[in-house]
Amino acid sequence: METGTAPEDEPVWAGLPPGLLRMRRLLLVVWLGFLTLATGLLLGLLAGPGWALFALLPLTLLLWGWVLLGRNWRSWRYAERADDLLISRGVLWREETVVPYGRMQLVEVTSGPVERHFGLANVQLHTAAAATDATIPGLDPAEAERLRDRLSELGEARSAGL
Amino acid sequence: MSTSEGQPEVHSGQKAGGQEVRERRLHPVTPLRRAWAPVTVIAGWGVHDPHQAQEQLTKLTATTLLTGFAILVPAASLYGFLSWWFTHFAVTDSELRIRTGLLFRRTAHIRLDRLQAVDVTQPLLARVAGVAKLKLDVIGADKKDELAFISESEARALRAELLARAAGFAPETAHEVGEAPVRRLLHVPPGVLALSLVLTGATWGSLLAALVVPPVLWFATHSLWTVFAVGVPLLGGAATRSVGRFMGAYDWTVGDSPDGLRIDHGLLDRAHETVPPGRVQTVHIVEPLLWRRLGWVHVELDVAGSSQSVLIPVAPRAVAETVIARVLPGVTVPASLPRPPRRAGRCVPLWWRGYGLAVTDTVLAARHGLLRRSLALVPHAKVQSVRLTQGPWKRLMRVADVHVDTGADKTVTARLRDAEEAAALLYAQADRSRTGRRDARPDRWMA
Repeated sequence: METGTAPEDEPVWAGLPPGLLRMRRLLLVVWLGFLTLATGLLLGLLAGPGWALFALLPLTLLLWGWVLLGRNWRSWRYAERADDLLISRGVLWREETVVPYGRMQLVEVTSGPVERHFGLANVQLHTAAAATDATIPGLDPAEAERLRDRLSELGEARSAGL
Repeated sequence: MSTSEGQPEVHSGQKAGGQEVRERRLHPVTPLRRAWAPVTVIAGWGVHDPHQAQEQLTKLTATTLLTGFAILVPAASLYGFLSWWFTHFAVTDSELRIRTGLLFRRTAHIRLDRLQAVDVTQPLLARVAGVAKLKLDVIGADKKDELAFISESEARALRAELLARAAGFAPETAHEVGEAPVRRLLHVPPGVLALSLVLTGATWGSLLAALVVPPVLWFATHSLWTVFAVGVPLLGGAATRSVGRFMGAYDWTVGDSPDGLRIDHGLLDRAHETVPPGRVQTVHIVEPLLWRRLGWVHVELDVAGSSQSVLIPVAPRAVAETVIARVLPGVTVPASLPRPPRRAGRCVPLWWRGYGLAVTDTVLAARHGLLRRSLALVPHAKVQSVRLTQGPWKRLMRVADVHVDTGADKTVTARLRDAEEAAALLYAQADRSRTGRRDARPDRWMA
């Protein structure tokens, strides 16, 4: 086990691969860039050049979103400890989740069409409580599958009912 | 349709695992229940919208009415008969199988070792007919699977058999084990129950609304009809709610048996609930404002697969705690629950004083509510995941919330704890929930 070398109470944190950030930023630039251009051109041509300044609105949103996505991406991290999985995320609204392996009912790897194009996959853990919100987004598919296999293996070894 | 105490016939056996499975039908009065359905729908419509119902009724002539009934009643009876005819159930070594449906066939196999609770309920009419309804709670199902109706004695025998099999008794002896002996833990006297309802805020609130709203409406509209149309349902609602609660909780008895917890209650509609050992996920102790002087509490249970159910409608705190000690073995209700730090008051003014948290070696206890205090006890073994959340304002105040998710799909929150304490609690609780599991009882508690 990788975590075996580290002391029990000091989790070895792993961040998310940069692919997720790239995908999110690209989507942001595509959509808001399109919106900026459309607003600027339409208002500039139809209502006069002064009105074209409204295009700055989506542009600032774009720049702000660029920074926010980066901060949010950096805040995501997870750690596999000997007996439980830790997931920590959020910049302003922080949330940290601990799921003991024995409580897992199901591990899911999902990947949408856009995510597949960027070579990303999500790992989601389900326990008997629906409130357990344990999802790790934007993993490398190989890493996602490794994590899934390891989690279900550990879950089986430490399995417990309700 | 005869309503005699006929033994449900034994249907042709079905081969399952090389062993004959005895398939049975429900009690022959069951079709009558189905036949009632259209009548109750019409009656419900009439009550819900009396004005329009009357208008429609006056339009109908006697002949159309008669022909309508002549078609409706046989059709309903036929539907009732067919749905009864096509419903079978059987008990195998590990499952209860229900086969039902005329057009849309449905076969449910219920694993007995995952059984969360068994209820035998008897509405008033069913008591008259000597039949009962058997309800089963299973995790993951949205609603309870039920066998309605089977004869009263059969319901009891079947419940005993299901629980014996769920407990892990050998299959050959399971139907001979019989009813487990019950030791009575608590009985709620009717006087105490009535007084507790009188001292409930909701009773007074609805009564006050019923007394205040009609005069206000009279001054506003001077229309007697509006006053009646609003006042009568309000008053009726207030009365039925209180009386309904009284009748539902009448003769409330909690008993302890090897099968688990027995809860029997009801004046007209009797219900007998059984919660097998180790199924309770959370216990809530609720203390309404007006009960505090008398030292009374109300106790609710969270069981996986069913909605929150009442364990004790009203009892003195000390008595309730002894019952809780039986429900969650080895648990004592913590006496003092430390409050969050003072600065939490800047996040939730005044109400922060109602928050409290204590962790013993068996449970996590979290309290909230200032006027109506509610204390939730979660055994460590039932914790599914632990979460810590902290918004920007809470970060500034150096406080955080810790959420504990249980298998009953409910979350208990320790609110506004000191940030360092919360972080330590997060990891400690995860460890405790893991180790708390080790000495938990097995699913088949008699095996």
